[in-house]
Amino acid sequence: MKKYIFTGLVVLFAFLNATQANDIFLKPQEKQLVIDNAKVFSQSEVEALKQKLHQFSNETSTQVLIYTTNDLLGYDVADFAQRLGEGWGVGQKGFDNGIVIVFKPKDETPGRITLQTGYGIEPVIPDITANRIIDNEMIPEFKKGNIYQGIDKAVDVCIALTKGEFTADGYKEQTASGDSIAGFIIVLIIFLFTFISAFGRAKKNKHYTAGSKSNLPLWAALFLLGGSSGRSSGWSNFSGGSGSFGGGGSSFGGFGGGSFGGGGASGSW
Amino acid sequence: MNSKNSKWIIIGVIVLFVFLSFSWFKNTYNTMVTMEEATTATWSQVENVYQRRADLIPNLVNTVKGYASHEQETLEGVIEARSKATSVTIDPTNLDANSMQQFQAAQDGLSSALSRLMVVVERYPDLKANQNFLDLQAQLEGTENRITVERRKFNETVQAYNAFIRLFPKNILANMAGFEKKAYFQAAAEAQKAPEVNF
Repeated sequence: MKKYIFTGLVVLFAFLNATQANDIFLKPQEKQLVIDNAKVFSQSEVEALKQKLHQFSNETSTQVLIYTTNDLLGYDVADFAQRLGEGWGVGQKGFDNGIVIVFKPKDETPGRITLQTGYGIEPVIPDITANRIIDNEMIPEFKKGNIYQGIDKAVDVCIALTKGEFTADGYKEQTASGDSIAGFIIVLIIFLFTFISAFGRAKKNKHYTAGSKSNLPLWAALFLLGGSSGRSSGWSNFSGGSGSFGGGGSSFGGFGGGSFGGGGASGSW
Repeated sequence: MNSKNSKWIIIGVIVLFVFLSFSWFKNTYNTMVTMEEATTATWSQVENVYQRRADLIPNLVNTVKGYASHEQETLEGVIEARSKATSVTIDPTNLDANSMQQFQAAQDGLSSALSRLMVVVERYPDLKANQNFLDLQAQLEGTENRITVERRKFNETVQAYNAFIRLFPKNILANMAGFEKKAYFQAAAEAQKAPEVNF
């Protein structure tokens, strides 16, 4: 009799566990863009990332979710991140402008990192670019044990790319040649072009459509121009390319229902 | 007076019944159409991502050829599998199990030809260090992930549709209006996992 109860309990427990495993994709664990389940960041690092990402989300509606975990529940890291992004709805519905970064620290098994892009981000950060962000910005830092620095650098690149500060092609050029001055000039030219065209089109009030790169800077620019007069000071130094952050904690309004199609790249170390 | 009243009540009940059944028919029928359209739309996404993979292959083959010209047989196998895979298309309004199986078989053929190529590539360290090849590999990996995702989304849509049209009493209407059960896209056992393209 005891044995039956025990077996029953085990079965029940396994069942509960199984449902729990899928449950994590169903609804957000917290209304935050930085979720550090693996405890790889210090408190101040979490706050710094949150500040950056929540503000970016408020200004451009593009959402970057950082999720660390010790257990990928048997999923491949890319699959895990895609399910997370789709289930939680990272990014805005219709724009699908979400990015999910999932980090699993190196333990007995190799460390795993992935950067998954929403449908709307795919044209801005193609797989090649995502792969380079991982290979050039993240893994070298991870190998040195600087988890925060690697993630932070990658976040900066994602923000810069999606903001239209420089296009994905500009970044590729920069990393391929390794020549920062040439890269900078290219970036500057592209930047000026997009800035001018954004201004030209701002009056027509065009809407963002996925698939076109030149429209993204427009709404980023509009948000930035609009944001500078509002409550948050944001990236006020727009023309210089380097911005400063305004003080005060920025709150996060919640996930917007973005969708993910498996684009992006992964790596291990 | 009394009989007049009851006459009106009967007419009222009939009108109400006709109206209710009409709106039930209308809602159910329209939902079926919407759900069927959704399966068509998600199916075209599946075909898109497979096409995306096929589009990567000429570039991949050329890059590999530059370093591994001895592997003529493997390369030709990939090209052949690709042309086979691109020649099989399905009419998205007619997603029956048979045509689905053909499509799957052709795509699985390409998957295994590709994994053979990736094994061969292992022997050429120069190729593995080539930036162009690394880029292609990243794209291929992303595309395989996309295939997995779109296939899953398609199956979820089909499942929702199949369940909807087969439940009583909606199945009566579905039968009358000719809504048929759609086939799932089942991955072959070996293709369950995306081909390993990590080096």
